[in-house]
Amino acid sequence: MSPAELAELRGVASRVRGRVVEMSHRAGTPHLGSSLSCVDILVAAYWKGLRIDPKKPADPARDRLVFSKGHAAMALYAALAERGFFDPALLAEYGTDGGRLAEHPSPGCAPGVEVATGSLGHGLSWGVGFALAARLQKRPSRALVVMSDGECGEGSVWEAALFAPIHKLSSLSVVIDYNKWQATGRSREIMALEPLAKKWEAFGWAASEVDGHDLAALSAALSAPPDPAGRPTAIVAHTVKGKGVSFMEDDNNWHYRAPDAEELAKARAELGLA
Amino acid sequence: MRDAFAKELSAVAAEDPRVIMLSGDIGNRLFDKYKAAFPDRFYNCGVAEANMTTVAAGLAADGLRPIAYTIAPFVTMRVLEQIRVDLCYHKLPAIVVGVGAGLSYASLGPTHHSMEDVACLRALPNMTIVCPADPVEARLALRAALKVEGGPTYIRMGKKGEPVVHAAAPDFKIGKVLVLKPGRDAAILASGTILPVALEAAEKLAAKGVSTEVVSFHTVKPLDEDYLAAAFARFSVVAVLEEHGLAGGLGGALAEWASDRDGLKARLVRVASPAEFIKECGEQDWARARFGLTAEETARKILARLGR
Repeated sequence: MSPAELAELRGVASRVRGRVVEMSHRAGTPHLGSSLSCVDILVAAYWKGLRIDPKKPADPARDRLVFSKGHAAMALYAALAERGFFDPALLAEYGTDGGRLAEHPSPGCAPGVEVATGSLGHGLSWGVGFALAARLQKRPSRALVVMSDGECGEGSVWEAALFAPIHKLSSLSVVIDYNKWQATGRSREIMALEPLAKKWEAFGWAASEVDGHDLAALSAALSAPPDPAGRPTAIVAHTVKGKGVSFMEDDNNWHYRAPDAEELAKARAELGLA
Repeated sequence: MRDAFAKELSAVAAEDPRVIMLSGDIGNRLFDKYKAAFPDRFYNCGVAEANMTTVAAGLAADGLRPIAYTIAPFVTMRVLEQIRVDLCYHKLPAIVVGVGAGLSYASLGPTHHSMEDVACLRALPNMTIVCPADPVEARLALRAALKVEGGPTYIRMGKKGEPVVHAAAPDFKIGKVLVLKPGRDAAILASGTILPVALEAAEKLAAKGVSTEVVSFHTVKPLDEDYLAAAFARFSVVAVLEEHGLAGGLGGALAEWASDRDGLKARLVRVASPAEFIKECGEQDWARARFGLTAEETARKILARLGR
């Protein structure tokens, strides 16, 4: 990736983060830290990794992004708006009475939202279903699932993890937004997540680890050709909860807190948006 | 009933390339012919029902017609949330087949009984629930379920060896009852494979001078409201007979329906199981009797309500 391209992607990521912080402020909604940690993953996916056309959100041949960590919906909405799936004016409806964008995405709430999520541990099986459907119908579509680290506590994740390699679903990838926190504590202290990448490898996946804020590395990982051995791909993305706003980074209070006007202004300034 | 279903599955799969079979590690030999004919359209999803249910959602969302099949409590109550969120919320036309309705697997113990599945699923929006009475209805239910749009369909199947009730294929429509035997005084609405017990109860009632209509009330959701309105206006007693708990089954559905209406002539009688797990072992007929799901008990309750 050229330095100019990288700088442009970084600009995109900052704008997405700015929208996210503003949405949380305006609606007073939680899950800001979880949203900020996965922004670079979404930017790498929607701008580089996935074969999608924002003007054709229902194209049967499109790649599918399953946003399994539905509580971070602000990041999904902001990324889709920034990518051109819909008018960013729709973001003003987020978290409002009667608005179309809820704190967890509902089915078909906006172009580009493939699946309603919010109950954790469902997304990987959705991805398996999409990958199987594409194979059965001879479509080139890939399925990319974005999951959280806390979500790995759900047993259904491991059901899907055991199932996908048997069927050599190499068109299926999962990115784990490993921000090291879940709602009430350090994720690796609540459940025995470590060694996370090795777990996926042991389950028969082509596993790798990446700096989840390195847009060049993420783009490369998400654009890589399928595993020649036919394994599905698991990418453990090491991230920082609240990434991009210094006073939110790695501070789990921002799982539930929403920024006030002053904090919003500070955040925007740090993101270079003021 | 299982064999009839498996045969019909092969037939519908030959007609409709969208049909994909997912099994929760049961019925391997049962589906041998299907697997031989459609090797890339059968997935043994293992002992992992949550994954199976959501995989079905992904397939259905992409235009296919998946059928998720395993033992009733595991394909319903264990994965209630997957059915609710991934199938019902997304309005996806997947078919969930639970084998072992009610006490079909009585001898396997309460882990394998399915006496609360209808109650759990009936509460879900966009859900269709069909309880076929015999092998004929099982085949027809599968065909009808493949035409349902806008949500999943649960087919509550028996096991094997259920008697054939319908000598000829009836005009089976989801949401429309099948009247097996007309009557004047009372009606027994039977849901599922317990239908022959209703026919036997009607004979016992006939011997006491009570003319009893017997109906296969195969669709618990949506209710056949036209039939109910007519039946509650005509009969003195409308009885429900079901191999399910009292709470939330067809009887519960009718109690809700009736409570919203004035001037009903008929009184409702519910013949269903008390909320109780059996600890003793025994076969299906024994377990039915243990819970009062017999022709004698059905007839006795109807007579009592008639004041005879």
